[in-house]
Amino acid sequence: MSAEIDIRNLTKRYGGLTVLDDISLSIAAGEFVVFLGPSGCGKSTLLRMIAGLEDVDAGEIHLGGDRIDGLAPGKRGVAMVFQSYALYPHMSVRQNMAFGLENVGISKDEIERRCMDAAKVLEIDHLLDRKPQMLSGGQRQRVAIGRAIVKEPKAFLFDEPLSNLDAALRGRTRLELAQLHQRLGATMVFVTHDQIEAMTLADRIVIMHDKKIEQIGAPMEVYQRPATRFVAEFVGSPAMSILPAASVSAGTKGASIEVDGVGTIDSAIPLPEGFNADGASVGIRAEDTRPSDTGLPLTVQVVERLGDRTLLYGRLPNGSDLVAQDLGRTTVQAGDEVRIAVDPSAVHLFDGTGRAFHAPEEA
Amino acid sequence: MAALHRQKRLSNALFALPYLVVFAALLAFPLGWGVYLSMQKADLFGLYGFIGTNNYVRVLNDPLFWQAVRVTLLFVATTVPVLVGLGLFLALALNRRTRGSAILRGAFFSSTVLSVTIVTLIWRFVFIPGDGLLSIGFEAMGWEPIGFLSTRGWSLFSVGIATVWWCLGLPMILILAALQQIPADLYEAAALDNASRWRMFSRITIPQISGTLILVAVIQIVMQFQLFGQAQLMTNGGPNGSSRPLVLYIYRTAFENWDVGRGAAASELLFLIILAAAMLQFWVTRRANR
Repeated sequence: MSAEIDIRNLTKRYGGLTVLDDISLSIAAGEFVVFLGPSGCGKSTLLRMIAGLEDVDAGEIHLGGDRIDGLAPGKRGVAMVFQSYALYPHMSVRQNMAFGLENVGISKDEIERRCMDAAKVLEIDHLLDRKPQMLSGGQRQRVAIGRAIVKEPKAFLFDEPLSNLDAALRGRTRLELAQLHQRLGATMVFVTHDQIEAMTLADRIVIMHDKKIEQIGAPMEVYQRPATRFVAEFVGSPAMSILPAASVSAGTKGASIEVDGVGTIDSAIPLPEGFNADGASVGIRAEDTRPSDTGLPLTVQVVERLGDRTLLYGRLPNGSDLVAQDLGRTTVQAGDEVRIAVDPSAVHLFDGTGRAFHAPEEA
Repeated sequence: MAALHRQKRLSNALFALPYLVVFAALLAFPLGWGVYLSMQKADLFGLYGFIGTNNYVRVLNDPLFWQAVRVTLLFVATTVPVLVGLGLFLALALNRRTRGSAILRGAFFSSTVLSVTIVTLIWRFVFIPGDGLLSIGFEAMGWEPIGFLSTRGWSLFSVGIATVWWCLGLPMILILAALQQIPADLYEAAALDNASRWRMFSRITIPQISGTLILVAVIQIVMQFQLFGQAQLMTNGGPNGSSRPLVLYIYRTAFENWDVGRGAAASELLFLIILAAAMLQFWVTRRANR
């Protein structure tokens, strides 16, 4: 049932404005891929092009070996769950699910069987005769997913389907989607700007920025070894702190990064040959820091207590902002000056173009 | 505190006052006065005493009244479906964001703002024998000209044509507004659901605008039962009353035959007919939608 998606050199323009530029991407059958990126990066457009709701200006889309970019949306073998759910308001839940099947002439018995099966899986079998306006947001969401399931598509497309749910329901639905994916083993493409959804759901994350794919990788790979400074800053909460590097030289273990007015970080990053330190910077995640007697001097401005840990938002002598992590029961208060030690094996080095360099992975 | 509250409520009422005055003077009072008149022997000079339901009995025994009822019902039963259907067709055709469709929308709506005098004048130019547009056309084709305004059957038809042309703008604009309220993602979902154009129209568009279609139909029923100006100016109700609607009958009775009481009684009957027709329409479509 599930099929691989192959996107080749896809370009999309609106008049003179290019929104997707030469995108190529392969999604394996049964894979759960998340398109992640800020608003306007083209991720929804890419999904809608796979669905057939947007025309392709150049390039090809293949699904299960067949080229589909010239086909009508209904002929492509994909099902989509919309952000707004797009349920037919005047039809009951059962009719909403059956509509697509009636259109292709599937027998009544088969339609009923598929609707009941999907409704049971989604626990909406008691709602089949209700109209959408009589359902809660979460129930509508399930109906929208049910409408996709009954079609038994080759691939599921989700366009920010959780963004209209409240926080608690979003968390639960996220889990259920992951279970659904395991159960169906279907190819799923999921668009979101929420990195937690991306991290928790994806087999692979496709990070998009400014018409292009910045990085494709497994969630932890994207998190720990971001390909670019954009990915490093976009993924992770709190965001990675970026400090300007005054100079980068070869140290004993790896690159020795001099941060103006702050000190030197002796990283474990192998210094690439011909590295251009012009506009270079170093990235530090809060979890890779801890207070100590020596290290970077930080003037704490805001203390954020999360219970199990505490985040210290502060400023370094050179004016850069840094987020550091401390114990949950720390006594540090806003206005305090503390010293922050940085795990040298976990820092990230970026050159002037934003390309990232990391320490080798521990064996 | 209580005084302040009372004062505030008084000032609130003050805001509603202008409307209430107009409503009472121009709607509530005439409605009551009409009922009162319909039970009086009355002409244009004054009232001559209470005669109970006599006026109603006389109206109901008048064959001309029943002829007018038949003419009016026929007129409503033909023009309203045409207005709703044609309005829907135009709205669907013009529901796009192009300059051309914007111009056409304006053109189709423009006839609505004309007064009935202008409308009938225009259509008299079309239908009048001899120099009329159709007459010239018929002669050029070598056909026998039809007396559109003076032949039984054709006269009401001609009034209907002029009426549809005049009234089409409102149904079109209302339906167009309803069409534009339909979320685009419903059509996208339907496209992914493999729906044909006809299925999209019958299963998405029509259900989504059914409320507006009912509204348009009820408005048109109420309006077309009150047909008057076009019939009076184009055919004067003729020939032989075959295009004389109820309002024209009322006008003749009250203001030409000077029987104001009987005219008022006929008006009340028309009021009941319109009310019943509108309610019936509302009820039937509501049931059909369920």
